[in-house]
Amino acid sequence: MTEDRHTRLNRLRWQSRRALLELDLLLERFWLREGELVSVEDETGLQQLLALDDYDLWALVSGTKASDSKQLEQMVARIRQA
Amino acid sequence: MTYTIRKFDAVVVGAGGAGLRAALQLSESGLKTAVLTKVFPTRSHTVAAQGGVAASLGNSEEDNWHWHMYDTVKGSDWLGDQDAIEFMCRQANQAVVELEHYGMPFDRVDNGKIYQRPFGGHMSNFGEKPVRRSCAAADRTGHAMLHALYQRNVKVNTQFFVEWQALDLIRDAEGEVLGVVAMDMETSEIVAFHAKATIFATGGAGRVYHSSTNAFINTGDGLGMAARAGIPLEDMEFWQFHPTGVAGAGVLITEGVRGEGGILRNADGERFMERYAPNAKDLASRDVVSRSMLTEINEGRGAGPYKDYVYLDLTHLDPEVILKRLPSIHEIGLQFAGVDCLKEYLPVVPTCHYQMGGIPTNRYGQVVVSQGNDVSVPVPGFYAAGECACASVHGANRLGTNSLLDLLVFGKSSGEAAVASIRENVRAHKPLPLDVIDKSLARVERLNNQKNGANVHETRAVMQRTMQKHAGVFRFGHLLKEGVEKILEVAEQVAQTEIKDKSKVFNTARIEALELDNLIEVAKATMVSAEARKESRGAHVRDDAHDTELTPDGRDDANWLKHTLWHREGNRLEYKPVQMKPLTVDSIALKKRTY
Repeated sequence: MTEDRHTRLNRLRWQSRRALLELDLLLERFWLREGELVSVEDETGLQQLLALDDYDLWALVSGTKASDSKQLEQMVARIRQA
Repeated sequence: MTYTIRKFDAVVVGAGGAGLRAALQLSESGLKTAVLTKVFPTRSHTVAAQGGVAASLGNSEEDNWHWHMYDTVKGSDWLGDQDAIEFMCRQANQAVVELEHYGMPFDRVDNGKIYQRPFGGHMSNFGEKPVRRSCAAADRTGHAMLHALYQRNVKVNTQFFVEWQALDLIRDAEGEVLGVVAMDMETSEIVAFHAKATIFATGGAGRVYHSSTNAFINTGDGLGMAARAGIPLEDMEFWQFHPTGVAGAGVLITEGVRGEGGILRNADGERFMERYAPNAKDLASRDVVSRSMLTEINEGRGAGPYKDYVYLDLTHLDPEVILKRLPSIHEIGLQFAGVDCLKEYLPVVPTCHYQMGGIPTNRYGQVVVSQGNDVSVPVPGFYAAGECACASVHGANRLGTNSLLDLLVFGKSSGEAAVASIRENVRAHKPLPLDVIDKSLARVERLNNQKNGANVHETRAVMQRTMQKHAGVFRFGHLLKEGVEKILEVAEQVAQTEIKDKSKVFNTARIEALELDNLIEVAKATMVSAEARKESRGAHVRDDAHDTELTPDGRDDANWLKHTLWHREGNRLEYKPVQMKPLTVDSIALKKRTY
């Protein structure tokens, strides 16, 4: 059965709890400022980012690495700018 | 109310390094083992440990466990138990070799042996000169360790319950521990995990402070559960602070920044460390730098609108050097301070980093309490390991790279002790008390029904600011006394928190309220224990503990060479002696701690 949107977003919010404080802070800010704007399409990008190991995710959001995916890069940019 | 009971031989709470190492020991022994964890195992805070794991392998130069033991006792300012410290240092080489066999990608030297680097406080020949003792996997040692241990656990069929919040310890009328009550975050279902052995490996509680390097998950859940179940908390006045966390955010600025030439300045732009440590200046030891920074702030030379931080100046350094050697720092400045560190000063403040105290255990990871004249009576069925536990190997101050060693050694020993106990007492699970989930249910129900209560985020912020101001890196008698009153007032608010969102699926608001129930126990334990200890020792430094012949640097061995035990009931303290007798060697005699 497909999860409803509220459940999916709540799951993503919880999975934004990370091992590294840097990511906790950035993602907290993202949800605070962008939470209401997360579309169904955005969910996929967020899911992929949150499934990454913390250092890989930090490398993307701190700009030391770039993703091959345009969708992920856009999401990373929104997290950085939040 | 009906509820589900799940039976296991053993249940481990927490899937960081200590929890995974303990679970591995249990599962490899053929025991049915459950691991409960709030987040996916490889997102535990062990990931953040970069420095390495200490072991006297002697791969680069002569070294041995006895020298390591000496350094650890000295680092602990003689508050560490020498039997547990000898045990840990003797086990270190085996712990590292085992990890290597599990696939841990340690850095190596040309002959294939594990590469070892020096680290603060680790010396050869009983404090003579620095020794290379830290085994690392680049700057991701904790991360690599977690991956190796997790994969190994998967192979031996450890059963993981991911995104479960443990709520309360199950302890029967005889005091025996029979498992843990937990909540599935996905459904809010409350389940009793019935086990013959329960191991807490829930990590530290660094979020108790306003400025903390710890991730949001470090909320002292194991400590809160233990305290509510009548288990005392040991040596909670001892917290290690890192000098340079970004003010307001806590994100750690590595010592390497000062190593590359970064300078600390006060609001007037003065390089104040020249006054406090004329030789080492900005590279003095962590505690000296932290205290100097706080003195500047307390004497009105702090920067910012509240004069509550100092500056770290990198503007005189070659931008190319910063970007090449310290690539993260520029981004950290931009993201968390809104500052371009190539052109502006970074605001920094001493920041809570590591908890030395915890749930009292012996070297086998068995949780111990006082009974009559015996101060170390094991609680049947209950074990703890890692940062949530106090073995006590770190005493009043932890040496770098001993934290990863601690969780490997005591994760394993607690698992071994649990296996032995289960094998010795081959019997069915002891029946659960009839009211097994009542207390947990009552807490959740209160949250669901609370009206006109306190806001969770605001209450947590008040607690964190109270802790920072009254029990921070440098402590004052009058502030501690006031802090005890204030933290008890905050505790009253915590008992009346209200959440607006009552939904059942991944309700983060509810989880945060339940976490605050745990943090406040840690806050009370810390404040009360710190107020009572009228000396300076290791990380507990008071301005009214004077440097005299009998009390060097304010350390008062005649009156305070003892462990604190804080009891939640009655908010009372008791003390127990430090174990000065090692297992096989002579006691390391008391002396002034100088480097």
